Amino acid sequence: MKTWIEKQQYLIDFTLSSLLRRKVKNVSLLTLYILIVFILASVMFFTHSIKKEASVILHGSPEIIVQKVRAGRHELFPIRQIEQLKTIRGVASVEGRLWGYYFDPDVGANYTVLVPTARVGSLMQDDVSTAAVVDAEDEHEGASGQSGEPLYRTNLETLEPGTMVIGNGMARIRHAGRGDLLVFRAFDGTAMSLKIADLFSSKSELVTSDLVLVTEADFRRLFGLPADAVTDVVVSVRNPREVPTIATKITKVLPDARPITRDELLRTYDSIFNWRSGMMLVLLSGAVLAFVIFAWDKASGLSAGEKWEIGVLKAIGWETADIIQMKFWEGLVVSLTAFFAGVILAYLHVFLLSSVVFEPALKGWSTLYPQFQLTPFVNATQLTTLFFVTVVPYTAATIVPIWKAATLDPDTAMRRVGE
Amino acid sequence: MILHPAVIANVVASLIISGVLIYAGYYGVQILRKWDLQSGHEGQLVLERRTYLISTILTFVFGLELMSLFLYVFTANNLCPLFVGAMCAAGTLNVNPYGYPTLVLKIVSFLLAGLWLILNHADNQAYDYPLIRKKYFLLASIVPFSLGETSLQGAFFLNLKANVITSCCGSLFSAEQIKGVGSELAALPIVPMMWIFYLGMGVTILTGVYFYLGGKGGYLYSVLTLAMFGVSLASIISFISVYIYELPTHHCPFCIVMEEYGYIGYLLYLPLFAAAVTGTGIGVLLPFRGVESLREVLPRLIKKLTLMSLTLYFAFTVIVLYKIATSNLVL
Amino acid sequence: MIELMNVRKVFNAGQPSEFSALNGISLKIVENQVTVLVGPSGCGKTTLLTIIGCMARPSAGRVKLGDREITSLPERFLTEIRRSTFGFIFQQPNLIKGITALENVMLPAYPLGTRRAVLKGHAIRSLDALGLSEKAYSKVEWLSGGEAQRVAIVRALINNPAVVIADEPTAHLDRSLSHRFLEIVGQFKAEGKTVLITSHDPLVYQASVVDRVVKLRDGRLEEET
Repeated sequence: MKTWIEKQQYLIDFTLSSLLRRKVKNVSLLTLYILIVFILASVMFFTHSIKKEASVILHGSPEIIVQKVRAGRHELFPIRQIEQLKTIRGVASVEGRLWGYYFDPDVGANYTVLVPTARVGSLMQDDVSTAAVVDAEDEHEGASGQSGEPLYRTNLETLEPGTMVIGNGMARIRHAGRGDLLVFRAFDGTAMSLKIADLFSSKSELVTSDLVLVTEADFRRLFGLPADAVTDVVVSVRNPREVPTIATKITKVLPDARPITRDELLRTYDSIFNWRSGMMLVLLSGAVLAFVIFAWDKASGLSAGEKWEIGVLKAIGWETADIIQMKFWEGLVVSLTAFFAGVILAYLHVFLLSSVVFEPALKGWSTLYPQFQLTPFVNATQLTTLFFVTVVPYTAATIVPIWKAATLDPDTAMRRVGE
Repeated sequence: MILHPAVIANVVASLIISGVLIYAGYYGVQILRKWDLQSGHEGQLVLERRTYLISTILTFVFGLELMSLFLYVFTANNLCPLFVGAMCAAGTLNVNPYGYPTLVLKIVSFLLAGLWLILNHADNQAYDYPLIRKKYFLLASIVPFSLGETSLQGAFFLNLKANVITSCCGSLFSAEQIKGVGSELAALPIVPMMWIFYLGMGVTILTGVYFYLGGKGGYLYSVLTLAMFGVSLASIISFISVYIYELPTHHCPFCIVMEEYGYIGYLLYLPLFAAAVTGTGIGVLLPFRGVESLREVLPRLIKKLTLMSLTLYFAFTVIVLYKIATSNLVL
Repeated sequence: MIELMNVRKVFNAGQPSEFSALNGISLKIVENQVTVLVGPSGCGKTTLLTIIGCMARPSAGRVKLGDREITSLPERFLTEIRRSTFGFIFQQPNLIKGITALENVMLPAYPLGTRRAVLKGHAIRSLDALGLSEKAYSKVEWLSGGEAQRVAIVRALINNPAVVIADEPTAHLDRSLSHRFLEIVGQFKAEGKTVLITSHDPLVYQASVVDRVVKLRDGRLEEET
């Protein structure tokens, strides 16, 4: 056993000196390897982190959201039907919500306008520094974005009629700050101005960038919502295991309503992020394949000098298996260096530099792109997955070239004189 | 299909394993047909060189298969939030009928690859490759297992449909199955299982020691090690996991490799798998004790394997006893 | 004693470039003697050396080392035998560039996993015996031709082989260095080693230390002296 360990030490020694002797060739390989790991790791860290943040945020959302649907489109919810829902056994409370989208033509941005409820108010006092992605462009995902978890320190009582609390993205784009007045165009074409009472914390930007909080009266005035309707309704349930049953009951009581359960949302969000992350990997598989072919080519293309060296080693007493072991150590050193370097660089890129490389792709034509820092979240599964899609294909591609090199006839290899 | 990165990694791994095994199998068949050690012909030299390639490939497969086994479990664990009723990997694997068979085939492939490596090692110690034919027959039989595993795994992942909202226009989105996917594992009753485990382990270790010292009872010991492998896995599900989780109803064998339980699962599974491979290896080598060129090397190798499997099973038992003793659960 | 019986070696068999390097060689190399193989270039000297030195297998015929038949041994066994029995000295020093002389000398013993301290000590003493101790830590690019050749000799001896094989050892050495080399050969003989040399340098095959000269032409043996 000891001799085996000693032998491996010798081989590693020789391998390292061998790698250093051929810097040029190995540097190009290493650089590409690190790049591939870096890109894949960045994608995975980014999507996984956001997925985690989304699920943390969503956990605070109500158990069931109920919306009215007519001809497949979302309709306003009549307040009198709230009482009907309260009669369902197992329901702890039913509250109406008021929210909508306001399009600001001057800057081409959509704001999410929300009336904070008492429940929402109590949540707002927590200093939870998490974030979730709100896809402002997709209407149909809108339901989940209005879970109402904005975070700011100002007391809700300061939200007087005629004032609003806005997000940093909106403040930036309108070049406005506390105390400024912004003019909105109400549903009937008249002008309506609101004063900025406060701004959301920058920590919450990922969720609140485009958010506007107004009073109920201002909301109804802005959008022309009748007094007897709300946008939708949230239902909280005493026993979480009852949620599916209660959802079914809701559809019986209100046949034209659709209940959306929190677990469904969580699963759907999870799925979406999984899909996006996976899709990115599939798209990048072309790059990985190109890298693997490059690695195979590099491993196969032994220079005359390298062949000669192997010939000499075999002539002085190294066996084919010894050469294979040495080459294996070479591959391991290169792979581990590239893997760790790539992972560390990706970590810094995503969590410290906020994925600057991806920003153009993520931003799209969004005008209210939030400035945010993601909470680092890396686990063993991610690293193992990364390992399997980078190091394993590399190793598999180099098996045959290594073997070919190791089985060189020492005689013929040495007949070439020197390098 | 759920396009999670870990799913992609699993599929890639299985494809690579099957691919290299087919490649190795093809050359293995050539070796079977044309092998002639006595000839100094160049073709023979080429074949001999190729044996190095095949053993390198099989070593790679062995390591990769073990890692992909754990990756499979991680992936199943990661996907469990997507299915109603799935609490952990155990639930995910229940979603369709391909989940558990894939796991079983992965374990079988791993064991077979390990056995091949042991057989290869023995063959290499002899100066005339006495086991070459049997080795490559074994290789040829590993290939279908690997292909089966890749196909079943593919079927498993392709048939996973997350319980998600697929259209915004419906009125009740997911037909919420009130029952959902079962997370319960068929666990054998605890007390009888404990008896079987301890008695079985005791008998196995004693037989092993007797074989090591006296040289008799090799086949019995080898069979016992394989049986104990199955018994140990059943025991982990039945009572060992219960003690680790300190929860009488949690029988899942997968959660113990997760972070929440200190990754203790590795300390249990790795010695167990290694013990199974080395122990079964003994049974595979014993029939060849009479071969001339192996006469000197084989007994030494078999003794080493016996010692290794004994130590590993002993370590496994010690860890199990430790976990049970330090557990807060009292049954 | 090394015995070859009707050994043939064919390259590229079955192809148009098929070429027979050795055509039925039967030869006995006696222990503790210095044997020189003489012949024009291309006559198969080097091929014969590789077969005797367990570096290659014959296409036909048999090879025995002592009373052990080694013709059909698998490569790993041949290498084991070669490592412990034979020491090779080539025409060129064939030292690996970029590492020190000491490391080059230690290389043949790496696969054996000998303890580093032991191996290093042995290597330094051997280098010292040939007057190379100051050059031990120099990179091989800085060695002169003669020094390099001597390092190569030390390397060949690191595993204490019973047989030393030298392929045209004096091809790139001047007279005084060649004499020095022959002195070293004398030392080997005195230590009980067997020496096999190929050369077409008369300085070598006419030296007093040589016990036997074997002539080779077109892959066949001619008369002996």
